Amino acid sequence: MFLLRHHEFESQAEAWSLPFVLEGLCAGFPSPADDHLEPDINLLELLIPNRPATFLWRVDGHSMKDAGIFHGDLLIVDRSLTPRHGDVVVAVVNGERSLKRLLLDGPRPRLALENRDFPAFAVPEAAEVEIWGVVRCNVHWLRGRR
Amino acid sequence: MTVFALIDGNSFYCSCERVFDPTLAKRPVIVLSNGDGCAVARTPEAKALGIRMGQPWFQMRDLCRTNKVAVFSSNYALYGDMSARMNEVYRLFSPAIEVYSIDESFLDLSGLGGTDLVAHARELRATVRQWTGIPTCVGLGPTKTLAKLANWLAKHDPERGGVCDFREAGPREAAMARIPVGEVWGVGSASVGKLEALGCRTAADLARLDPYLARQLLTVVGERIVWELRGTSCLPLEEVAPPRKGCAVTRNFAGRVEDLATLQEAVAAHTTRLAEKLRHHGLATDALTVFFHTSTHDAGPQHAASRTVTLPEATNDTLALLRAARATVAAIWREGFRYSKAGVMTMGLIRAEEAPRPLFDGLDRERSARLMGALDAVNARWGRGTLVPASTGLTRAWATRFEHRSPRYTTQLDELPLARA
Repeated sequence: MFLLRHHEFESQAEAWSLPFVLEGLCAGFPSPADDHLEPDINLLELLIPNRPATFLWRVDGHSMKDAGIFHGDLLIVDRSLTPRHGDVVVAVVNGERSLKRLLLDGPRPRLALENRDFPAFAVPEAAEVEIWGVVRCNVHWLRGRR
Repeated sequence: MTVFALIDGNSFYCSCERVFDPTLAKRPVIVLSNGDGCAVARTPEAKALGIRMGQPWFQMRDLCRTNKVAVFSSNYALYGDMSARMNEVYRLFSPAIEVYSIDESFLDLSGLGGTDLVAHARELRATVRQWTGIPTCVGLGPTKTLAKLANWLAKHDPERGGVCDFREAGPREAAMARIPVGEVWGVGSASVGKLEALGCRTAADLARLDPYLARQLLTVVGERIVWELRGTSCLPLEEVAPPRKGCAVTRNFAGRVEDLATLQEAVAAHTTRLAEKLRHHGLATDALTVFFHTSTHDAGPQHAASRTVTLPEATNDTLALLRAARATVAAIWREGFRYSKAGVMTMGLIRAEEAPRPLFDGLDRERSARLMGALDAVNARWGRGTLVPASTGLTRAWATRFEHRSPRYTTQLDELPLARA
C-alpha cells in the first residue's frame, strides 16, 4: 500500500512518527482501524521527560557490566531527579566523573561498582563526592552502535 | 504592580565549562573570544589575578601558565545549548520572558500577585542550578533598569545570597547611593564623564537628576533612564526579538597576513559565513562593508582599510556577495603591511522576500534560491564547511585555531562527556 523508505527521513525527529494508518482511502471498504487511531508512541518523551535537565553521557569502561551497562553505552542522565537508594548515578569523586550505584541503606552513603571481576570500590576517606546526576536509562545498541 | 526580574549566569561561559569538568571547580577559569583574541569571561579567581575583560591573550599567556589558569576557546555550541536550557527553566517560573542576551533574560513576574517573589526567585535559582549546573543571580524591580541594577548588586554583594530586591523605594534608594553611576544600564563611559561633571556620581544621584536636564545631556535615552530609576516603567518586555538590523563576521588571523591571495581567501570565507547567517534568518542586504587592519600591538607600520559597496539589488546569495567582496578587497588592498584581522559587515538588512527587483539584469533569484538551498542542506547534513566556494581556499592557513576549545558536550554525539566505569 505505501512504502516506508527510511532514507527519506530528514531527521531523527521525523523518524519517530510512523504513519500507521493511512486516511483518505475512498475505494472499497473503510478500514475498521480508522476509528481507533491513536497518537504515535513518542519515544523521546518517554526517555527524556524533562529536556532542559537531561544530558547524554558515554560509558567509558567495564565496571558496571553486571548492571547491564557496557563500555560505549549511551546514558540518559536527568539532573532533576533526586538521588535515591539503588540509583545508578554519575558521581564526581575527587574531580573524577564516574558511574556508580548509589547505596543509602547504611550509616553513610556508599558508591559501588558492579563487576564481579573487579575489586570492590570504597569511597576514599575525606574524598569530595558530588552526585552530578541520576541515570534515567541506558541505551545499548545491539546493532550499528552510535 | 509591575515586577521585572533579570536573571543571568555567573561568569556564564566559565560556568558552562565547569559543569562538565569538575576539576575546574576551584581553579581560575577564563574563556577567550572567537579566534582566541582576548578574555571574554572570567571566574572570580581569575579576576583576582588581575585578568581584565578584553585583555589580549598574548599579554596574559605567562600569567595564566604560572597560576595554572584553565584557558578555553569559545565553545558557542555548548554555551548556546546551555542558554536554551536555562530559558526553558525560566518559562516554568514566569508567564513571559525576554531573552536579552546569551546569558541574560528578563522575566515579567507582574501576574504572580500574592506570591512571595523573593522566595520565588530563590527557587528559580536553585532549580536552574540543580537542573543545568549553572549558578545565577536575580535582580527584582518595578522597571527593567532597576531589575538590572538589582542584579548587579546581587552579584557584587555575596551577603544577599544571589537575589536582590529593588521593589521597595526605601531600601532601594539606600543601596543605589553606593552604586557607581557607570553601572546603570545604558550609561556608557562617555555619559559617565558628562554626569560626573554635574556631580552625578551614583545611581541615586542619577535618579534625582531633573529629567529635562537628562534629556538635554543624554538625549531621550537618558531621560528614560531617570524615569526608570525612579520606578516608572518605560521599557516593556520584548518577548519577540526585533529583526536584526546588522550582521558581521570578523576574525583575528592565526598569525599575520601579508599577501593579497591569503587575505582574499579569508574575506571569502567570512563572506560565505555571513551569507549563511543571512539566509538562516531570511534576510538580505544591498550593502557590504569589507575591512582589514594591522594590530596596534605590533611595532610595524599601521594601516586600516575599509570600504562599503552597494550591490545592484539586495541578496543573500553567497556567490553574488563573494563577487562584491573580492572586488572590494582588490580595490582597497595595500602592500607592505602585516594585517591581523579582517571582516565583513552589513547594515540595513531587509527581509529577503521583500527585496525589490531591479528592472534590468537582475539576479536569477529562483536559480539562486535552489543553489543556495542545496548548499545549506549539504552543510546542515554533513557539517558546516562541507561544501564551500573554492575561493575560500583549501588550507585555510590564516584561520584562527580554536586551540583550547572544550568538547561540544551537549550537541555532538562523539564529544559527549565520559563517565568512567
